[in-house]
Amino acid sequence: MSDRHTVRVTVNGEPRVAETEARTLLSDFLRHDLGLTGTHVGCEHGVCGACTILFDGEPVRSCLLLAVQAEGRTIETVEGLAPDGRDHLHPLQEAFRETHGLQCGFCTPGFLMTLVPFLEENPDPTEHEIRMALSGNLCRCTGYQHIVDAVQLAAKKKTDEGGA
Amino acid sequence: MRLVGRRVRRNEDPRLLTGRALFVDDVQRPGMLHVAFLRSPFAHARINEVDVSMAREFPGVHAVYTAADLGDYWRPGPLLVPPPPVEGSVFHERTQVPLAKDKIRHLGEPVAMIVADSRALAEDASDRIFLDCEPLDAVVDLERALEPGAPLVHDDLDSNIAALVPQRKGDYASARERADVVIRRRLVYDRGASAAIENRGVVAEWDRLTERLMIWDTTQAPIPIRNGLASMLGLSESQVRVVAPFVGGGFGPKIMMFYPEEVLVPWAAIRLDRPLKWIEDRSENFVATTQERGQIHDAEIALTRDGRILGVKDSFLHDTGAYDPYGLTVPLNSQCTLLGPYDVPAYESEFRAVFTTKTIVTPYRGAGRQHGVFVIERLLDAASRELGIDRIEIRRRNFIGPDDFPYANEVIYQDAAPLVYDSGNYEPLLDKAKEMIGWEKFVAEKQPRLRAEGRHVGIGIVAYVEGTGIGPYEGARVQVEPTGRVSVVTGVGTQGQGHYTVLAQIAAEQLGVGVSDVAVVTGDTDQFHWGSGTFASRGAVVAGNAVHAAAKEVRHRMLELAAKHLDAPVEELEVADGGVRLIADPERHIDRGQLASLANPLRGAVEPGTEPGLEATQYFGPYRGATASGVHAAIVEVDPETMLVEVLDYVVVHDCGKVLNPLLVDGQVHGGVAQGLGNAFYEELVYDDEGQLLNASFMDFLLPTSLDVPRVKVGHLETPSPLNELGSKGAGEAGAIPTAALFVQALEDALAIPGFEIREIPLHPSRLWELVRAAKGAEEAE
Ligand code: FES
Ligand code: FES
Repeated sequence: MSDRHTVRVTVNGEPRVAETEARTLLSDFLRHDLGLTGTHVGCEHGVCGACTILFDGEPVRSCLLLAVQAEGRTIETVEGLAPDGRDHLHPLQEAFRETHGLQCGFCTPGFLMTLVPFLEENPDPTEHEIRMALSGNLCRCTGYQHIVDAVQLAAKKKTDEGGA
Repeated sequence: MRLVGRRVRRNEDPRLLTGRALFVDDVQRPGMLHVAFLRSPFAHARINEVDVSMAREFPGVHAVYTAADLGDYWRPGPLLVPPPPVEGSVFHERTQVPLAKDKIRHLGEPVAMIVADSRALAEDASDRIFLDCEPLDAVVDLERALEPGAPLVHDDLDSNIAALVPQRKGDYASARERADVVIRRRLVYDRGASAAIENRGVVAEWDRLTERLMIWDTTQAPIPIRNGLASMLGLSESQVRVVAPFVGGGFGPKIMMFYPEEVLVPWAAIRLDRPLKWIEDRSENFVATTQERGQIHDAEIALTRDGRILGVKDSFLHDTGAYDPYGLTVPLNSQCTLLGPYDVPAYESEFRAVFTTKTIVTPYRGAGRQHGVFVIERLLDAASRELGIDRIEIRRRNFIGPDDFPYANEVIYQDAAPLVYDSGNYEPLLDKAKEMIGWEKFVAEKQPRLRAEGRHVGIGIVAYVEGTGIGPYEGARVQVEPTGRVSVVTGVGTQGQGHYTVLAQIAAEQLGVGVSDVAVVTGDTDQFHWGSGTFASRGAVVAGNAVHAAAKEVRHRMLELAAKHLDAPVEELEVADGGVRLIADPERHIDRGQLASLANPLRGAVEPGTEPGLEATQYFGPYRGATASGVHAAIVEVDPETMLVEVLDYVVVHDCGKVLNPLLVDGQVHGGVAQGLGNAFYEELVYDDEGQLLNASFMDFLLPTSLDVPRVKVGHLETPSPLNELGSKGAGEAGAIPTAALFVQALEDALAIPGFEIREIPLHPSRLWELVRAAKGAEEAE
């Protein structure tokens, strides 16, 4: 049981190395071995989406991967979105705050990590497209409406800036 | 500046958005060990033996405990809410135990606790525990549970009846005699799970040197947990600190005291002298976190020909699960809330709470209120059809009038006091909802047109009241620090409602500062010592009014001090611009930080009768709850082949008194509607005859997604509560309460099958299909 493996990954731009068991989930590895507790787990069976991270740029559920599968890969977590903290939120984080897109905030990191690449690919999404993009993430507090508003606001701000 | 009532964005968001907010599972302590529980795979069984010897030998395991190892510490938990003083009522107190001893009473009941170097090892070891037990017949069905000879959940009782509460108002028998029509219905409202996205968890650490116990707990009630644990562990309250950090959704079940894990993890942390962590996983959550609902009502309504209610009679069974630590809060809420916004002159109601071999039932958002609303609204819908009176009209005719407040309902509510509505004005809610949903136009034009196109669309409207903001009390301390920072400290826990912001708004308004200048601390028993918790939509009302009172007191002190310093009478001063200034000469002012320093001099004495610091603590204890109200309306479409339902439009018009922050109230309403819809059409806990839960995962227990929850339009009307200075009422549960009643009414309208009525909740497409098929079969047979 104690077959331990060294896992080398790049997380939020920094190389990280830690030793872990073969059976450790990537979500637990990030949270407990690397101390990046912004990634949350709500089900550990791939349904709630709270554990979503970017894995080589793609949103994936970190509870459905083993840490050893991340060897040599590039990972981004919610901690990497606004590297200089409180005063400079990522525009999507800013929009979530503006529209009250979070209540308990437990699901929020997963939503953000799902939506950042979505908005990059779809700078001007319709409400239905947004709802499709969100549909793999569960939120028990907000009823999703203010999250949809946040995505629309972020998209609008980006278009306005781009057009200016 | 007015800050209360504004759409202020939240103070807590930056931490949550950047992944820097502390949740219980984020706590890491040096030398920390991990806990897993062996849980019963049976719903009902007699334990012969629990052999843990192999598990104890397992590498990495530090301890394994069974009930036998707990000694005197093995005790049933406390009764949280004693039964109300109702004549003729019966209550059998049987509260949960830390680990099952001789008998297992529900699926997932913990049998042994394993402490190991990691959670994975603890779970490996739990597979090596030999649980020898003799399965007994499960008690699943509420009616069968009461048949003679039914297996008993608690062997020392004569039956599975946990409680019986009869309540009455007026004289129903004579009302029935005078009635032109009497309508009877059997209505069923089954179980659901709160399914907060964060599961529960506890971390405990004993500091041998300072003899203090530190606990991080996903609880909605840190202060009662601290008090209870101190007493169980033989410690003084000041030796125990409970912190409820950020909590990932509460909705009620996180207030159950005491969960076995909450009792055991701190105990073992002291014994082993190591920090311990237990985090519930999702499959445990489905069996170990309390659930709600499960009632069968036999109800009747007596009316005059023109639709006036003369009386209501209801007899219902309530599933309390294996134990009843929360007393009768849930069925009492159902019993009382059934009366709704209507003037019901005679009411006769009796419920029996029933022990079953299922997970314990305690309040979950709505806390039984939705059952009462479902019953009265279904009865009114049936009456509207039978009497040929429009659905809106029959409700309007029965509303309590705006001048009838305070309105006494003569029944005893969950706070053990008679139910009295403090204020309200119901007709405008109905009118506004009707207008916002476009009722006239829909019924006259859209619906006939869509029907002609072969589409099945329907509209519905229902009304409800919600008892909120009950006692006993909350307190708050407000302080202006020499740096000018304002701190607000209170005992309530917070699970996303935005207390960091609402409480800051209230203090900031009094003290003339910005909302972001106020730091709010909640849920840390070392910071504030008194309080009861976040439940019954009471946080913002009760704690809010305590903050308001304390901030007013601080404001008063600021003015007095400034009067001395500026040498001017208080009447000539105003609090503004971050300090106090002369109204006539704003240049002469002193800022609040300076005032705070003056209030805490380093030399000289504090005058007798005064206190140092710009600080005040105040408590607020409402003598009864404030009654919020609302009307929901919706348009739905159903596909008669697949029975998939789409909610096309949803309107909530509600009155929660003075709105403190409309942005946050909207959020509460949206979330409540989503949970209400989930309850109506997605979420069903499916138990088989053996008491096994067949859908204990998010794959099978469906929570509504962004594609299922519609955009909700919210309208606010404000009838201030006379019971508190802010005039506010709770808003936390309003969205969830009437949703199921509305959903079925609109669905019936959409299906438009003569005589078709829905009398149960939750539904799902296949169940709906069965109901429709049965109704059509009956129609054809006639
Ligand atoms: S924790 Fe990974 S999807 Fe739920
Ligand atoms: S904000 Fe609580 S689960 Fe989404």
